[in-house]
Amino acid sequence: MAEVVLTGVNKWYDGNVHAVKDVNLHARDKEFMVFVGPSGCGKTTTLRMIAGLEEITSGEIRIGARVVNDLPPMDRDIAMVFQNYALYPHKSVYANMAFGLQMRKFPKDEIEKRVKEAAGILGIEPLLQRKPRQLSGGQRQRVALGRAIVRHPQLFLFDEPLSNLDAKLRVQMRVELKRLHERLETTAIYVTHDQVEAMTLGDRVVVMKDGVVQQVGEPLELYGNPANRFVAGFIGSPAMNFAEVTIAESGGGLWAETAGIRVRIPSARVGALRPHTGKRATLGVRPEALRIANGSDPADYVCEATVDVVEPLGSEILLNLTAGANEFVARVDPAVTVKTHERVRLAFDPVRLHFFDHATESAI
Amino acid sequence: MVIERRWKKWLYFYIPLTVFVLFTLFPFYWMAVTAVRPDPELYRSWRAANATPFWTLDPTIEHFKGLLESTEFLQWLWNTLMIATVSTIISLICGMFAGYALARLKFRGSEFLGTAIFITYLVPQTLLFIPLADIIRNMQLGNTPWALMLTYPTFLIPFCTWLLMGYFKTIPRELEECARIDGATRFGAMVRIIFPVAVPGILSAGIFAFTLSWNEFIYALVFLSSVEEKTVPVGVVSELIRGDIFFWGQLMAGALLGSVPVALAYSFFVEYYVAGLTGSVKG
Repeated sequence: MAEVVLTGVNKWYDGNVHAVKDVNLHARDKEFMVFVGPSGCGKTTTLRMIAGLEEITSGEIRIGARVVNDLPPMDRDIAMVFQNYALYPHKSVYANMAFGLQMRKFPKDEIEKRVKEAAGILGIEPLLQRKPRQLSGGQRQRVALGRAIVRHPQLFLFDEPLSNLDAKLRVQMRVELKRLHERLETTAIYVTHDQVEAMTLGDRVVVMKDGVVQQVGEPLELYGNPANRFVAGFIGSPAMNFAEVTIAESGGGLWAETAGIRVRIPSARVGALRPHTGKRATLGVRPEALRIANGSDPADYVCEATVDVVEPLGSEILLNLTAGANEFVARVDPAVTVKTHERVRLAFDPVRLHFFDHATESAI
Repeated sequence: MVIERRWKKWLYFYIPLTVFVLFTLFPFYWMAVTAVRPDPELYRSWRAANATPFWTLDPTIEHFKGLLESTEFLQWLWNTLMIATVSTIISLICGMFAGYALARLKFRGSEFLGTAIFITYLVPQTLLFIPLADIIRNMQLGNTPWALMLTYPTFLIPFCTWLLMGYFKTIPRELEECARIDGATRFGAMVRIIFPVAVPGILSAGIFAFTLSWNEFIYALVFLSSVEEKTVPVGVVSELIRGDIFFWGQLMAGALLGSVPVALAYSFFVEYYVAGLTGSVKG
């Protein structure tokens, strides 16, 4: 049980690639923290620095009460699950799970007790005498998890552990992981490039890009209040719609305008956006904040659009629309009946509009 | 369609393969036949009316008897076995550590070192034996098995290092990272995880090294002089060719017996050996 604190952590490769830039993070005790970002964003490097598999160029990493900068991986009291499971192919499942305890000179009966217990939790008792190559992907995944939990470490590290599983199994293991974490109550840091995994598993999510932490927050906070355009576009599927607009004042109100779209800026946001009057900005709107307008929608939040593609998913319909020069995806009720090429009136939900500075891309 | 496919398979697969196998096995067959051919047949003209160059109707074990009774063949066999085993073990141990270091550790000049080791393997033995002979003489190792046990690794270590380096690179890095997190030191992870996983590679490097030292000729010829210290390849050639007389029967009997241990080693480890050349099994 421990918190993990990263202070000003940097990683340079060969003195010319700055892979991780001044990362400050605090994973609380018992928290499930997820690092998410596109490939090459530094999330795995950060995890490996916490594990001790990569040296840190500068900064400090603390696990529990100890600064671990110079501790080898074996002394950090952590367990890690790898993307390719990294099971020892020449050892049986039992020996795989027992290895960490044997290295730490646990008595034999204690090892057996712990392995049996972990195997029970994960439902892999019948597999204990098999070799890894005799197991399916999902079973290997469980063994890798078992090998991590028998040690009762103070910190779990997961490096994209579900990426090699098929879609159905991935969803199932995701739920099991969450359940396991609640049962074990051990701090966990989890790396993934899949934002759905990040949102469903994480108590808090760290979004990274180009070695820089973009935002740290609870899943719904990231979704509802993205700190910048990158986070807004990365979190959520289908992604947030963006339109390059100009902020203009007219008739006593502030408007976001571009060809074919004219949206009034809600009064609550006017204060923040007034300094941007006459400048360009990015308007962001989630697919579910768009719908087909009915007669009662205020005209200030409606624009004309053409339906390009209709994707009926059963529980909802995704509409790909063009309004002026911009393309939008709207997530609408399955009862809506529209056809391809139809002209429709598209309504924006005024309380769910996002604005981003054109130059800095941070939220306004 | 099916019939066409069948004859195509014969044309492109079985027939060329048969020709190839016959071609490669013919020298062995020739060796075996000559070893059991009685002397009168051996020295009979090919043009003689009753010549049977490709088989014999009257096989004999005289040559084997003569080989074992009139020469030190068993002693040579023992010498060869000892020298090949010791030099293989030395080379494997050095090759395992060096190969691991070159495959896994990042250190200044590691790539240059890898290339340098490879280049030493390319220096022909026919040149290298001259300076080595000087060293052997200075160390007073001439005419002892140690002369070969210590010089064979000069070409075996580069060979083992390169073969094993390639093999270690195919083993996922995560295996030892996981072991290190599990509580092993880097050395411990190497010995407990990487080496056991690399057994096919280590065995095939070992078989190759063993064969190379078993068959080695020039160092054995130069560094050993007394009859009882010789290895099989040198002993057979130097003792069974007297002047311009070739004792063909005994020569071939010696060659046949000399190749048995290597053939046994190959057939025993053939599965590992194939796996060792084609990469590791993924865990």
